[in-house]
Amino acid sequence: MELSRLTIHELQEMIKKGETTSSDIVESVFKRIDAVEDKVRSYITLLRDSALEEAQQADREIKKGNIKTLSGIPIAVKDIMCTRGVRTTCGSRILHNYVPPYDSTVVMKLREAGAIFVGKANMDEFAMGSSTETSYFEITKNPWDLERIPGGSSGGSAAAVAADECIASLGSDTGGSIRQPAALCGVVGLKPTYGRVSRFGLIAFASSLDQIGPFTKDVEDCAILMNLIAGHDPMDSTSVPTSVPDYREYLSRGIAGWTVGIPKEYFIEGIDPEVSGAIEKAIKEIEGLGAKCIEVSLPHTDYCVAAYYIVAPAEASSNLARYDGVRYGLRSESGEGEDLLEMYKRTRSEGFGAEVKRRIMIGTYALSSGYYDAYYKKASQVRTLIKRDFEESFKKCDVILTPTTPTPAFKIGEKTDDPLQMYLSDIFTLSANLAGIPGISVPCGYTKAGLPIGLQLLAGHFEEGKLIQIASAYEKHSKTEKRRPEI
Amino acid sequence: MEYEPVIGLEVHAQLLTETKIFCSCSTKFGAAPNSHTCPICLGMPGVLPVMNRKVVEYTIKMALATHCRINGENSFARKNYFYPDLPKGYQISQYAYPLAEDGYVDVETNGEKKRIGITRIHMEEDAGKLVHDENSPSSYVNLNRAGVPLIEIVSEPDMRNTEEAADYLRRLHEILVYLEICDGNMEEGSFRCDANISLRPKGEDKFGTRAELKNMNSFRNVQRALEYEIKRQQYILESGGEVVQETRLWDDSQGVTHSMRGKEEAHDYRYFPDPDLIPIVISGEWIEKVRETLPELPLAKRERFVREYDIPPYDAGVLTASRNLADYYEETVRLCGRPKIASNWVMGDVLGHLNEEKREIKDCTVRPPALAEMIKLIEDGTISGKIAKEVFEDMYKSGRSPKEIIEEKGLVQITDEDTLQKAIEEVLEASPSQVEQYKGGKDKLFGYFVGQVMKATRGKANPKLVNELLKKMLAD
Repeated sequence: MELSRLTIHELQEMIKKGETTSSDIVESVFKRIDAVEDKVRSYITLLRDSALEEAQQADREIKKGNIKTLSGIPIAVKDIMCTRGVRTTCGSRILHNYVPPYDSTVVMKLREAGAIFVGKANMDEFAMGSSTETSYFEITKNPWDLERIPGGSSGGSAAAVAADECIASLGSDTGGSIRQPAALCGVVGLKPTYGRVSRFGLIAFASSLDQIGPFTKDVEDCAILMNLIAGHDPMDSTSVPTSVPDYREYLSRGIAGWTVGIPKEYFIEGIDPEVSGAIEKAIKEIEGLGAKCIEVSLPHTDYCVAAYYIVAPAEASSNLARYDGVRYGLRSESGEGEDLLEMYKRTRSEGFGAEVKRRIMIGTYALSSGYYDAYYKKASQVRTLIKRDFEESFKKCDVILTPTTPTPAFKIGEKTDDPLQMYLSDIFTLSANLAGIPGISVPCGYTKAGLPIGLQLLAGHFEEGKLIQIASAYEKHSKTEKRRPEI
Repeated sequence: MEYEPVIGLEVHAQLLTETKIFCSCSTKFGAAPNSHTCPICLGMPGVLPVMNRKVVEYTIKMALATHCRINGENSFARKNYFYPDLPKGYQISQYAYPLAEDGYVDVETNGEKKRIGITRIHMEEDAGKLVHDENSPSSYVNLNRAGVPLIEIVSEPDMRNTEEAADYLRRLHEILVYLEICDGNMEEGSFRCDANISLRPKGEDKFGTRAELKNMNSFRNVQRALEYEIKRQQYILESGGEVVQETRLWDDSQGVTHSMRGKEEAHDYRYFPDPDLIPIVISGEWIEKVRETLPELPLAKRERFVREYDIPPYDAGVLTASRNLADYYEETVRLCGRPKIASNWVMGDVLGHLNEEKREIKDCTVRPPALAEMIKLIEDGTISGKIAKEVFEDMYKSGRSPKEIIEEKGLVQITDEDTLQKAIEEVLEASPSQVEQYKGGKDKLFGYFVGQVMKATRGKANPKLVNELLKKMLAD
């Protein structure tokens, strides 16, 4: 049996029973990486040596009976989370050589829980993209069809889980960057409530939207990782000091008597018929589990994309100002007689890719004096309305169900020349970030061509438990077959 | 035409917190370059700011001391611009929602009282410092100062001449130091001032076009720069020109201001709310708790000194220049019970010596109990005022008590009439011609006899008694 194929909870059981060792698991994962990484390209940096060493250490501890939640389990993290002593690039040339002197809070938490880090997963540059094609380093392929994109921006994290190049991974989600690639790669991906997971050490894209969350092979693993990463962090003022429940308790509870809201605005023209077909089937199955599905309305849905593409670039334009070549990362030396301004210009021209530059320019424009009110301020007001839409709907239903993406994975290069088309692939996921609510994507079948389709479930603030409850019920009882990609 | 200057000042004061505003690095001045830094104040990727609540507390103190309205909910914004001393490419500051607004400071200029309005007080982080090496084309960045807490105090354009501006600055400085929230050191940059100045024809309501002046690192330079700028603008206006709105740098060595950047080159700071920090909520309870910790402020102290000690306002002003000096004075008065005499000694001999040596009152070797004891010895006639000067000199140098000095040097005043009479007789006997001249009507010689007697007694004779006895004996 290939250990790399298993889930966290399956491996935990085996480790506890002494049926396997961390070294065996890590070796199995690297064997898999050796076999498929050339084709999939999930990682920017692999940590083979340290992982094997840590596995041996973990085995010694395990032998002593010192077993922690993730003892010996190989995990991948998106290269946007700082790892002490390990290069963290954020998918950008401007940080191609940056080695952080500190660990992000989530990495520290997983380390303390015994996790073994396999590598730093590929991503769109500064998480700006929906296909992982804007990475400075490489294009990650969708394990289900190597000619297609894995989604983005956390494409590497999603592909690594789907391709069994790790057991689970962490990604970050600013407008759908966990849920969209999870859907396109056929894995489970959860974006927690804004403030549920510490952002300390997460390289900022849009600070008011960014959240870290897990990619896992099933919902139970999702609950296990959420138990570890959720909670208040004194180093992040925006993390919320509300208590964290044991998310595993929400598994297998069932959803009899629940009301599931189906927002009419999300079933639009342009949605792929195979996707809408799968979602309709999922709705029926959920009704079969004892839930009532009702139509709800989120009237400001039309403004989500517009509001998002003001707020996110505006914050990004400020967040990315620190990459100036002065203290770390790329510095393009100025030539003879050139001044500081020239050094700035060259460093940033050479260090950032086209999509990042586009967003810096949009954001700079939106914040400019004379435009602030019309753009940033207006977008912030729209955000409030979007948030209210959800609050109203959640008075009538427990969770909201939508497709995660309008289409299955598209071809590499298909949308790179059309930013607007690319932006629309996040059309169903953006609203959760704008409203700050949690959302999960779970696999709900395949297209005829064999591409995975994702089902998105949204809940009110800090109701990740509900998402895990319904996703777990659906996962267990759905008659949808479960396949593995053939690479 | 007669022109009237309109002046507003922006003061940046570094707060005396132990740690920086958004991380736990030390704020101490003068450490090795970049030794007081961490990933947060270096602006490393992924770091987040966490508010230092002491900064809020100190700012509330200043807001209360300047009669400001405190905004129960206020928040931080990002001020975006590129410069190598600004690690994040933005400064975290307050913009639309400052901590305090609408206050005032009372000043008195040339005997005239005036209330200068305070527009706002807000919190922000300081930037680092660039170090330029004259022998190398490279510049260096020292980020020890990056993230040190600052408050910016913006005045209304209420000042009409440079003296008022200087007085306002001194009052503000004094309040900050009294509150012990800023060390007020202008040379080290703990207290910095920018000025906005414009001219308008006297009697006109509308403001003229203003220039912003920067780089003045002392009270004197603020006044000099403003004086220069008044002349410069007046010259432009009188020769029919127009003042340009711009930022100008004061050049101390040349005594002039130079244009730094014009309106067109002015930064667009692209302010927006900082999403990394949550709004600061200040409860009425918190404000009251801070209010309880406020010390008596300089103006109140000054008024009380005049009232309670019956000393001239001038004396009260000098004695309240710092909290330590005022405490020193009050302690002396409490121990000797002679406010005016104490004031004379503190303002004269004590401050004279300290100023000469550029030392502060807390370092003065003569402590209030010793000074009070000396004043009492003058009052009870043990020593004369003149001898007291000598005694004080010794006290200041040696730190010994006045009694000890007087006993050792035998400086006790001679008040015994017989002894004095004998001394006078000796003087008169030794100066027969002067006695004759005096008796012949040369009154001025009286002083000569007094001097001779004092000399003979090595200054210990009680001058009043000498006078009385001399008059009597010369009349005989």
